Amino acid sequence: MSLAFQAEGLVKRFGKTTALAGIDLAAEQGSVLGVLGPNGAGKTTAVRILATLLRPDSGRATVGGHDVVKDAGAVRRLIGLTGQYASVDEDLTGTQNLVLIGELLDLRRRDAKVRAAELLDWFDLTEAANRPAKTYSGGMRRRLDLAASLVGRPAVIYLDEPTTGLDPAKREDMWGVVRSLVGDGSTVLLTTQYLDEADALADEISVIDHGKVIAHGTPAQLKQIAGGQTILVRPTDPARLAEVSGILAAVAQREPESPGRGVLTVPIDDDRAFPTVVRRIEEAGIGVMELSLRLPSLDEVFFTLTGKPATAEVAA
Amino acid sequence: MTTTIERSPAPVTSAGPSGPPPARTFRVARHSLALARRSLIKTLRTPEQLLDVTLQPVMFVVIFVYLLGGAISGSQTVYLEYLLPAIMVQSVMFASVATGFSLNTDVKKGVFDRFRSLPIARSAPLIGSVLGDLARFVVSIAVLLGFGYAIGFRIGTNPLTALAGCLLVIFFASAITWIFVLLGVIMREPGAVQGTAFLVLFPLTFGTNMMVPTDTLPGWLQAWVKINPVSDVMDAARALITGGPVGDTVTKSILWSIGIIVVFAPLAVRFYRRRV
Repeated sequence: MSLAFQAEGLVKRFGKTTALAGIDLAAEQGSVLGVLGPNGAGKTTAVRILATLLRPDSGRATVGGHDVVKDAGAVRRLIGLTGQYASVDEDLTGTQNLVLIGELLDLRRRDAKVRAAELLDWFDLTEAANRPAKTYSGGMRRRLDLAASLVGRPAVIYLDEPTTGLDPAKREDMWGVVRSLVGDGSTVLLTTQYLDEADALADEISVIDHGKVIAHGTPAQLKQIAGGQTILVRPTDPARLAEVSGILAAVAQREPESPGRGVLTVPIDDDRAFPTVVRRIEEAGIGVMELSLRLPSLDEVFFTLTGKPATAEVAA
Repeated sequence: MTTTIERSPAPVTSAGPSGPPPARTFRVARHSLALARRSLIKTLRTPEQLLDVTLQPVMFVVIFVYLLGGAISGSQTVYLEYLLPAIMVQSVMFASVATGFSLNTDVKKGVFDRFRSLPIARSAPLIGSVLGDLARFVVSIAVLLGFGYAIGFRIGTNPLTALAGCLLVIFFASAITWIFVLLGVIMREPGAVQGTAFLVLFPLTFGTNMMVPTDTLPGWLQAWVKINPVSDVMDAARALITGGPVGDTVTKSILWSIGIIVVFAPLAVRFYRRRV
């Protein structure tokens, strides 16, 4: 196992505010670490330390084995950073922005132009390539910003809330980009306040709150913390709902609920319950349109861990 | 986002974006030039930013020559010859404030976060800004000489010597720029940079022999004007452009410029490195 980056006991204070109160983060090469937490939890501070933009008050962090404080130059050769606000130069065109980064990464001007064109094409910005970035929409700016962080083909990519403020379709696009980056062997640190986003992209998730990691694990492990799985059944023929309800009640030993028309759900504690339900429904000859075992959402996980809903914290 | 691009696998141990790194100084120079081009593009894209280096000095010339010139030296043409090289020095000094101002704006925005996360020298973005803004000085001097020519100003030496005079003025202004670069990286607000800059610039530019010869001034002011290096630069510019004794003014101007750079450039880089 080799770690792409590792942070141990990071502490950072700004005046009287403690942004990080001793945080540990690590990700294996080629994986996605999701750092999940509400606004003000310390996500951005942690990213800025790992990106050599901030020095920790105590603790240490390495990227590719290089210390972020003592060997910042080596770290900068490995990383790409995309902030939560798009840090592109508004007066420069899309091409000029990317060529500049390429030149600063020691590409020859010709190669920098080729790389810029490649990235603009990948991010659907070719048509806007020669317009100043200030004429771009929010989503386009975000894409240009991400493209700028990929010019040097970084081994480790920090995505600090890459989809905050994007509409759902654009979010899906961004998720596709993240998946293809990992497919190419890069390691990604993704911070997000969206629980479904961490669930969809991350191999492992560190949940942080008030500058501390309050839980760490795979998405599935975290969901188990919140306990309980739920079976959902939607029979093809709504007339047979009562029969399904009887089967579920018998297996789960509790009354099913109906969250929507023609759908029944029941929480279960036993791993063997789901196969039993499947078998009995089949034996009864009931056709189903939908039959699933659902883990609890990460919203529920967050609530279990902190005792308060994540959304309430975000609003604060 | 449907097409995929060729991406080489990226192991964490990769040495960097390209082959063996060239010599350090060469890299700093190349990065600075790339960043200077960025400043230049920004200037060209918003030409209204050039008002302070074009219209403003022209207005100064008009005000001083036509309002006061007759009273000061009895002849507007004679006074123009005395004033214009000095106004050149003043206008490029005022123009240099903009570098600190825009640097401060950049640092506050995210753009410089990107630069700071790249494997480039910390000094490169600052050197780039200073170099890029040299263009503003060139524009300012060209406009002043052009306007001066239209109202009767003539070069009294020869084109080459006059060119040397212009280059000396530009060199001095680029040194002064480092003072405002330092302010730009220290101050919290662009407005504060500008306010402080003018506090520095007024005594430096007006406390000179720009408008009237030093010996007409009260004693305490003469003392200041004589130690003020800007007086030397103005005298050097007059000597090289309109003629007259050069004396030690050119040497003093160059030494002062170097001295200012040696003190303020490392300070600016140091504060920039520490800035969070």
